Amino acid sequence: MDANANKNGNRENFEVREHDILIIGAGGAGMRAAVEASEKGLSVGIVTKSLLGKAHTVMAEGGMAAAIGNVDSEDSWRQHFIDTMKGGKFINNWRMAEIHAKESPGRVYELEQWGALFNRTPEGKISQRPFGAHTYRRLAHVGDRTGLELIRTMQEKVLATDTKVYMETTVTKLLQDASGRVVGALAYTRESGKFIHYKAKATVMATGGWGRIFKVTSNSWEGTGDGAILAYDAGAEMVDMEMVQFHPTGMVWPPGVRGLLVTEGVRGEGGVLKNSEGKRYMGDYDPERMELSSRDVVARANFSEVQAGRGSEHGGVYLDITHLGYEGIMAKLPTMHEQFLKLADVDIAKEPMEVFPTIHYTMGGIKVESEHCATTVPGLFAAGECSGGLHGANRLGGNSLSDLLVFGRRAGIGAIEYVEQNTHGTDIPEEDVQTEIRRVLDPMERPASDNDESPYLLQSELQDVMMEHANLVRDEDALKEGLRKILAIKDRVPNVKVGGNRLFNPGWHTAQDIRYLVQVSELIVRCAIERKEKRGSQWRLDHDELVEEYGNINFISKKGPQGEVEIERREIPPIPDHLAELLDQSAKGAKV
Amino acid sequence: MSSVAAAWKKLPWWVEPFTVAGVLIAFGIYSTAVIVFAGGQYEQYISPFFSFTATMETPAWAPAFITAPMLLLWIPLGFRATCYYYRKAYYRAFFWDPPACQASAQNREPRSAENYRGERALFVLNNVHRYFLYASFFVIAFLWYEAFRTVFTYDGFQIAVGSFLWFANIILVSAYTFSCHSFRHLVGGNMDCYSCVRGGNARRKTYNFVSRLNAKHPQWAWYSLFSLLFTDIYLRLVAAGTITDYVLIPFGG
Amino acid sequence: MTENGNSPARAGATAIADDGPKKKVKLNIFRGTEEGGKEVEYEVELAEGMVVLDAVLKIQAEQEGDLAVRWNCKAAHCGSCSAEINGKPKLLCKSRVDEYEGGEINVGPLRAFPVVKDLVSDVSWNYEVSKRINPFHSDEQAPFTMYEEDVERLYEPKKCIECFMCQDVCHVLRTHHKHEEFAGPRFFVRNQWLEMHPMDNQNRLEDIKEDDGVGLCNITKCCTEVCPVGIKITDNSIIPLKERVADEYYDPAKWLMRKLRGRRNGSSSS
Repeated sequence: MDANANKNGNRENFEVREHDILIIGAGGAGMRAAVEASEKGLSVGIVTKSLLGKAHTVMAEGGMAAAIGNVDSEDSWRQHFIDTMKGGKFINNWRMAEIHAKESPGRVYELEQWGALFNRTPEGKISQRPFGAHTYRRLAHVGDRTGLELIRTMQEKVLATDTKVYMETTVTKLLQDASGRVVGALAYTRESGKFIHYKAKATVMATGGWGRIFKVTSNSWEGTGDGAILAYDAGAEMVDMEMVQFHPTGMVWPPGVRGLLVTEGVRGEGGVLKNSEGKRYMGDYDPERMELSSRDVVARANFSEVQAGRGSEHGGVYLDITHLGYEGIMAKLPTMHEQFLKLADVDIAKEPMEVFPTIHYTMGGIKVESEHCATTVPGLFAAGECSGGLHGANRLGGNSLSDLLVFGRRAGIGAIEYVEQNTHGTDIPEEDVQTEIRRVLDPMERPASDNDESPYLLQSELQDVMMEHANLVRDEDALKEGLRKILAIKDRVPNVKVGGNRLFNPGWHTAQDIRYLVQVSELIVRCAIERKEKRGSQWRLDHDELVEEYGNINFISKKGPQGEVEIERREIPPIPDHLAELLDQSAKGAKV
Repeated sequence: MSSVAAAWKKLPWWVEPFTVAGVLIAFGIYSTAVIVFAGGQYEQYISPFFSFTATMETPAWAPAFITAPMLLLWIPLGFRATCYYYRKAYYRAFFWDPPACQASAQNREPRSAENYRGERALFVLNNVHRYFLYASFFVIAFLWYEAFRTVFTYDGFQIAVGSFLWFANIILVSAYTFSCHSFRHLVGGNMDCYSCVRGGNARRKTYNFVSRLNAKHPQWAWYSLFSLLFTDIYLRLVAAGTITDYVLIPFGG
Repeated sequence: MTENGNSPARAGATAIADDGPKKKVKLNIFRGTEEGGKEVEYEVELAEGMVVLDAVLKIQAEQEGDLAVRWNCKAAHCGSCSAEINGKPKLLCKSRVDEYEGGEINVGPLRAFPVVKDLVSDVSWNYEVSKRINPFHSDEQAPFTMYEEDVERLYEPKKCIECFMCQDVCHVLRTHHKHEEFAGPRFFVRNQWLEMHPMDNQNRLEDIKEDDGVGLCNITKCCTEVCPVGIKITDNSIIPLKERVADEYYDPAKWLMRKLRGRRNGSSSS
């Protein structure tokens, strides 16, 4: 607990904190893992870049998918599994999809047990709403603020345990012992710039996605891919990094809110998409499911309409929910009403919204073992958006909140077992800590020079490159050109220089993020070059749809011995009979 | 209405506390004058301040400074003095605790941190509000009775402006009384589960109705204050012969 | 900036062509720490629909890299960017610059808590209060059978985004610094849904009266005025709790009834 190194020449003070389990990230997954471990009596520390309860989970609006069959009693985990696999174009980790479908109902009930309040059916059960590509009405929800309900419930649960919460603290490196296992992390507090060496037998990564690599994004400043790259740097394998989801409906006007999410709940409640000619065009793209098709399809439809010159005044399409009327909107979508009225001067009870696809979610991520979310690095576990596998090539709406809790819990269990089975120490040479501290301080303490770069501008430049070269439609030339630009930016990252001191200095914080953003962008573009097909969110204009040779392939990326990116085509293990049968039956149109 | 509210918000912060204080002081002076010095009985009407005490003799046991209306008026006075809305109004207007919400106003709060006890010290007595509510039910009943009496003259049934004001006043006073926070608590706010008990649904509906009324409690508080004032002034002017009471519906019975 | 309008990936949502000189907007932003600081004037280009947070982030990116501001979702869902504009607590992401119509825009940190730097205050006290509140507990096993009619009034307190602006504006905390004795409006909102939840079976009235200090609230309603999600904190959370506390501690008739019932129960069991 006390500083064990004195400031002496280049040596920096730092605090040492010891826990059995260190959890990085306090969104739904991180907090669920913390509760699991803390209730088992283990010492748990949870580190978050923001205040508790502000994680991006709070932005989830539509609901949490779980086959509890309260509204459509025919629903079952089997159908939920099939929908998830179909949505992911069958490159999902089928075991994770099975576990997810089976365990989501338990997690919903658990939330209720902890005080979460969902909308009710007339019978007094949890109500469920329809959502894109879910066969049945499946999303447990509360109005359009389900994520808030989830995060507040988890937050209050965490505060009721002995978990130690470190708010506004940024992890900069996972610390590994000589054998390569993760035995803690180095971090600094954003408020004061004080360094902390966390020692932990096991570490759970739950840091969320990296939507900030794009300019038009529904992500907050936090979505910079820290966890993914920390794990990558520690040697973890990443899976299908090319898979980045564009939400079909983000705001387009005014410029300050461009990319801000418009919940899929709007379409779930009957919202209709129209182009500037007033035509309801979804029939041309998916006549069966219309607006409630999967997100990749709707996003591309909106994109194509604008491309074809049938866009709205500010370059979007129209989403119309006026049929619900003021009362209906205030009951079902009050947040959306407020958001448009306040920020865009649009009354959605009277006029349609203007929407356009916005980056939303990252299906790819740290590769984990399906039972307990162990990464390929010993001592490191991962859950939630920063991990990959469950969602394949496209995530269904509502599957994210359930993912967080199902696999957050399992990562917690995995970490507990790991701690119980291993007796290793958590010491590392102090020089490793000092080296890392020097690296982190460098942008602030290095003398100024002519090559200095602003972290804000570099980030902005990278975002422009990703918008131009790795957006929701891609081709080889653009991707290769994008890669060249990214690598050029990567070379400039060491030149980042900031002013001010360590006290709550956003410039310094941004200087840390830029490394993650650049590296994650490189992984995405490299994998996108490799996958030569149209599949879910990866839409290569220069190749065919669902090319068979990629149908059972995951692209695994990993840091090579010289620091280069290694990409491997890895076959998905054969799907077991009981699951294959479900998919077969479904393909034949049979109900399961 | 909303534009008026928006304009009101744009005024300097001190306008509201001074206005409230001014209105309440003026009302206090007028009503004191009425109940101490004036009579309550006019030709056809009685003053809405008085109800049945208008024709009553002050009992022998009462000290000399007690006038008849005081025997009843302590109820509405106490009810309003302990009302959750008027509490806000006088804490802000008279005690400046705080006078308004923005920083510049809060900085002027005169009370020191050590002296601030909120509603823990003397003002803990405001918790008696519910008993004034119960007593107010009787006052309301009497006032309704008086309101109906105004339409029955010696010659039969008629409705004049005076009666109309009487009814308007008692409706507003009733709305104020039944939108009371304590009443809302009494009818259903104190329950956690309506579907768990017999008759719960009726209580829930009552609670929801009272909640809707309660949202406008401040408005009812002011409207009923002004209606009382206005009715009394009108009737006094009629009695003094300054104006003539206009008959809306003559002799129906 | 590498803009390329011809790329297939750049359709839609492109910037509108600028016409003529841009309008500017001036902001006075507090720069400093708890020990002291001063308001510094900044000027940025005005964009259509710009909110104060946009302006602050623009200043941060282009002029003052170390200007501290706390924000997350930029959509009024998370409650991170609370600060004071012209002495009133506001969410920076929800306050349109054009609302101030050329008037002054003075931006400062929340003042009911220690200032860390510039627009950031240390709000960790709130989490300590939250930790001591008796959490939800039900003896029954979920899934619960609960009806909309019984829970409809709980949705309102559940909307709270924990921006802590009600805590900031509350004079009990801000002016009188009763942080030791008083939980603040945010936590009466939480206590309200806990107390009214049909499945919860904990009794928090003693905590609410003693530890949370509901009696210190003099219902002057500033909290309700500033709530960005429109919770009627005073009328729907604090006053109902005050009434329940009155039932328990300040109502002689109820006290007598409890005594009588208690005695009756006692005698029947003996």
